[in-house]
Amino acid sequence: MARIIVVTSGKGGVGKTTTSAAIAMGLAKKGFKTAVIDFDVGLRNLDLIMGCERRVVYDFVNVINGEATLNQALIKDKRCNQLFILPASQTRDKDALTKEGVGKILKELSKTFKYIICDSPAGIERGANLAMYFADDAFVVTNPEVASVRDSDRMLGILSSKSQRAENNDEAIKEYLLLSRYNPKRVKLGEMLSVDDVQDILSLHLLGVIPESQSVLTASNSGIPVILDENSDAGQAYTDIVNRYLGEEVPHRFIDENKKGLLGRLFGS
Amino acid sequence: MSLLDYFKSTKPNSAKVAKERLQILVAHERRSRHQPSYLPELQKELLAVIQKYIKVDQDAISVNFDSDDEQETLELNIILPDEPQT
Ligand SMILES: Nc1ncnc2c1ncn2[C@@H]1O[C@H](COP(=O)(O)OP(=O)(O)OP(=O)(O)O)[C@@H](O)[C@H]1O
Ligand SMILES: [Mg+2]
Repeated sequence: MARIIVVTSGKGGVGKTTTSAAIAMGLAKKGFKTAVIDFDVGLRNLDLIMGCERRVVYDFVNVINGEATLNQALIKDKRCNQLFILPASQTRDKDALTKEGVGKILKELSKTFKYIICDSPAGIERGANLAMYFADDAFVVTNPEVASVRDSDRMLGILSSKSQRAENNDEAIKEYLLLSRYNPKRVKLGEMLSVDDVQDILSLHLLGVIPESQSVLTASNSGIPVILDENSDAGQAYTDIVNRYLGEEVPHRFIDENKKGLLGRLFGS
Repeated sequence: MSLLDYFKSTKPNSAKVAKERLQILVAHERRSRHQPSYLPELQKELLAVIQKYIKVDQDAISVNFDSDDEQETLELNIILPDEPQT
């Protein structure tokens, strides 16, 4: 049986696709057979971040409509043979995804995969609802910023009322917080919400803090999930997150500014 | 207090403002999330009944639902007009 993880946020542009690519690669590198699915119908992007955009032949909607088999549509990652990508369709038809269709595909994937990562689109429309509907775990990606925190809370409300687990009165979806684009320096200056501030409001299990990092853009420029950049802070943050998710106890990093500049040392604090 | 703290304290702490605003908003939104779905309809019908007897505005009445572990409460608030009616 597979574990289905939805990467969600409500708000757009907070780092869901970056996170989906990173944790899918992280889990696959640990030896777990992992599939990552792009639910952003009409705005396919996961393929670019994963660096397989030129290998897309069939997509999610083709499989739902029976125009291709799952095996034809899944793209095997060139760097890790345990990782497979199911690209989104570029159709403009908003109703291309159906609950039955998505459910059928997830069920079939569950037979052979250990983890299925669902990269949710922004918003609370069909694509986002279907991405979270069948989930066992939810990775709520949040930025330390008012609109993102508020939208995350709304998403939590939807997870606990509109998911399959909620409708069947099964054990609730496990919700985790991934606080991304964190800038400890600005937090210290009182310009940015801190981890504790966000936790006071959302009270979720903190899976990790991902710092604001130039390495994310560099990685996406070249189509390499940032977790493969082992020297980068963001890459290490995602590695920690995967390890914590798998049950390892890993101390949190990237919450405090570690390197103190000359001025900081002079003024002390 | 270090010199740096002194400079910091002269600037308003916008993160603190953000947190306070979020706490109020999120608490409000969570409460309304758990309201029963019949609430808007109930409010509309109550308003119609009251307007049969008293001249009140649309927004003169509010219906709030609250629940904790112990009990559920339905609170009805009607603001009566200032001038005495006949
Ligand atoms: N930790 C980070 N540091 C710096 N930039 C980041 C970080 N995480 C994400 N970004 C940048 O933010 C932008 C949005 O990221 P991403 O596409 O992953 O977000 P998304 O939530 O999937 O967006 P959408 O809602 O449109 O699907 C990208 O340009 C990405 O490079
Ligand atoms: Mg995305």
